[in-house]
Amino acid sequence: MKQIFRRLLIAMVLLITSLGFAQVNELTIWWAEWDPANFLQQVANEYEAATGIKVNVVQEPWGSYFDKVAAEWAAKGDAFDMVVGDSQWIGQGVTEGHYVDMTDFLVNNGIKDTVTPATLTYYGEYDGKYYAYPTEGDANGWAYRKDLFENPDEMAAFKEKYGYDLAVPETWEQLRDIAEFFTRPDAGLYGVGVYTQVDYDAITMGFENVLFSYGADWKDADNNVLGVVNSPEAVAAAELYKELYSFAPPGTNNAFFAEMNDLFINGQAAMIMNYFAFFPALDNSEINPYRDSTGYFPMPKGPTGERYAALGGQGISINSYVSDERKQAAYDFISWFAEKDTQARWAELGGYTCNIEVLESDTFLNQTPYNAAFAETMTFVKDFWNIPEFGQLLEPSQRYLHAYIVGGEGTAQEAMDGMAFEMDEVLINAGIIKE
Amino acid sequence: MQAKRRQLSDRNIMVLFITPTMIILVLMNIYPLFYSLYLSFTEYSVISSTAPKWVGFQNYLAILSDARFWKHFAITGRYTVISVALQMLVGFSLALLIKEKFKGSGIITTLILVPMMLSPVIVGLFWRLMFNPSYGIVNYLLGFRNINTSPEWLGDPTLALWAIIIVDVWMWSPFVMLLSLAGLSAIPDYLYEAAAIDRAGPWFIFRRITMPQVMPLLLIAVLFRTIEALKQFDLVMGITGGGPGDATETVSVRLYREAFQGQFDTGSSSALAYIILIVIIAISNLYIRQLNKVREG
Repeated sequence: MKQIFRRLLIAMVLLITSLGFAQVNELTIWWAEWDPANFLQQVANEYEAATGIKVNVVQEPWGSYFDKVAAEWAAKGDAFDMVVGDSQWIGQGVTEGHYVDMTDFLVNNGIKDTVTPATLTYYGEYDGKYYAYPTEGDANGWAYRKDLFENPDEMAAFKEKYGYDLAVPETWEQLRDIAEFFTRPDAGLYGVGVYTQVDYDAITMGFENVLFSYGADWKDADNNVLGVVNSPEAVAAAELYKELYSFAPPGTNNAFFAEMNDLFINGQAAMIMNYFAFFPALDNSEINPYRDSTGYFPMPKGPTGERYAALGGQGISINSYVSDERKQAAYDFISWFAEKDTQARWAELGGYTCNIEVLESDTFLNQTPYNAAFAETMTFVKDFWNIPEFGQLLEPSQRYLHAYIVGGEGTAQEAMDGMAFEMDEVLINAGIIKE
Repeated sequence: MQAKRRQLSDRNIMVLFITPTMIILVLMNIYPLFYSLYLSFTEYSVISSTAPKWVGFQNYLAILSDARFWKHFAITGRYTVISVALQMLVGFSLALLIKEKFKGSGIITTLILVPMMLSPVIVGLFWRLMFNPSYGIVNYLLGFRNINTSPEWLGDPTLALWAIIIVDVWMWSPFVMLLSLAGLSAIPDYLYEAAAIDRAGPWFIFRRITMPQVMPLLLIAVLFRTIEALKQFDLVMGITGGGPGDATETVSVRLYREAFQGQFDTGSSSALAYIILIVIIAISNLYIRQLNKVREG
């Protein structure tokens, strides 16, 4: 009897073990704590209904999200199968072996061609290979008060002062004029709200919308920064951003996405910049009293007609430390998630798809008042550095921009010179460029 | 079984009680202390999968030869000196006022103590609102009614550090007041009675009786507040985030940026942490020596 029981027990253990290795019944995705992660969980529930594989989207507050993922990476842990990571993380994820190379998967299955090229480049590409599927597309755009812009008296006054019609700005110069026009401190109204927060990357992200559109960049093709970051175009961009800040409500010296929406909702700003991911709040009449007269537009053009928008958003990557079975299960999920119908559903729930067909569909374009601007924006996004040293490059950028734009210290040329010099040092120390 | 228990000597019982504490102390304090000391001599990032690489004193030399480090130390020093001095002045003055019992003095004392019981981050966020030039109460109380000419406390590099000092003084003067009250109430009445008999003036009494008697406790308050001010982090992050630019970036904020916030330069930040530690220990020792002198004197 004892022998039979023992054999049964061994057989059961073997069965359970073999089942465990052969079949993956549950997958874990890590993402930051925000609405898109809830939408992803809803999509994932539909995957479970279709395949029986449960997918848990584990959310971590933004403030500690990177720390948590980084700690797991350092431990080579398998607490998550997939991670929806920031575009800036990709350098570290790749060079230190945390991300699985998804090039063959994305190319051979035709998934690569389903998303806008810019999103694949910035969310997924590093050194010519792909490591993430663009999941939550996001970038900076603008919200504006249509009631002010379409007011006949305002329109007449604007035309008289500036010589052209008041309308959605097509260039940064026009945006500057409109901001100046609506700046009326006595009435508690200001022209714009722009990112100024010094803590992490906000002022850099806000500024680079202008920087790129003015024909400047963070680097040249050989990764040089001297003569690039402090080029005349970059200096002109810094001067314009500072001018815009002078048309922002007083007290917005450390402002990011939450403050932008607050300014708009409180009726303090005629236009605000923000990531599209935060515009759904403005489309809610319980939150935004100007909801019915709120319009949205993409980034305007620079002096030479170029236009770019600072990239937000994230791509989904597979953890290289999980078993091959789990990797395959993660591939299967991403493959399903990348299908057009799933992407349409993702967009319907509120996720910002990067799928070209969905972005161009009438259903998507008319789904919300900001989707058209979003779809247009996702064709001209651009990003900051994404190499492992991005944090060291970000620090001088934040410091010099904040000191010049908010603190009024020195000139734009001095700020950009100082920034370029320090960035150059970081790149030399990292061996990316030679002295 | 009982016989075996009786065999436990006093020494064994002592070891039994102390060992868990010692294990926790070694694991939670001693080991991290020495490990971080080792890391300060290495090139290492905690989020990297590569092992620490020994670089000797390179991290220390790089920090000490960095002009920005000295700028941040100067900011921290200026903040510490002004803030602690004002806290002493306000706290001690409040203690002298509150010392005499009057109707409602208990409630007033409790209310004065409330700021130091609040979370510094919450305090920082509230004061940020109060410093706002559009709707903050600070400019209104100071008589600035025109928003175009109102000072922008947190956006002006010359005012931002003062804004943090004001909040720190508001928050921690009650602590100084509390210690001063303890000192004042311990002064024997007969000293004042003797002085009154000798017809000593109020200034003489204050200078020759009150101050010398309260001085040891005041020095303890100075010591505690100086250490806290040198480590100041949460108020700065809550109010200015170190800005404008790095005009209010204390060494602790600098340490945070290097150790976390995208950089994760664990080796260099460990070295910076040790430099801060050495400075705090040196300043504390000076205070303690002075304290001992006062006590002996």
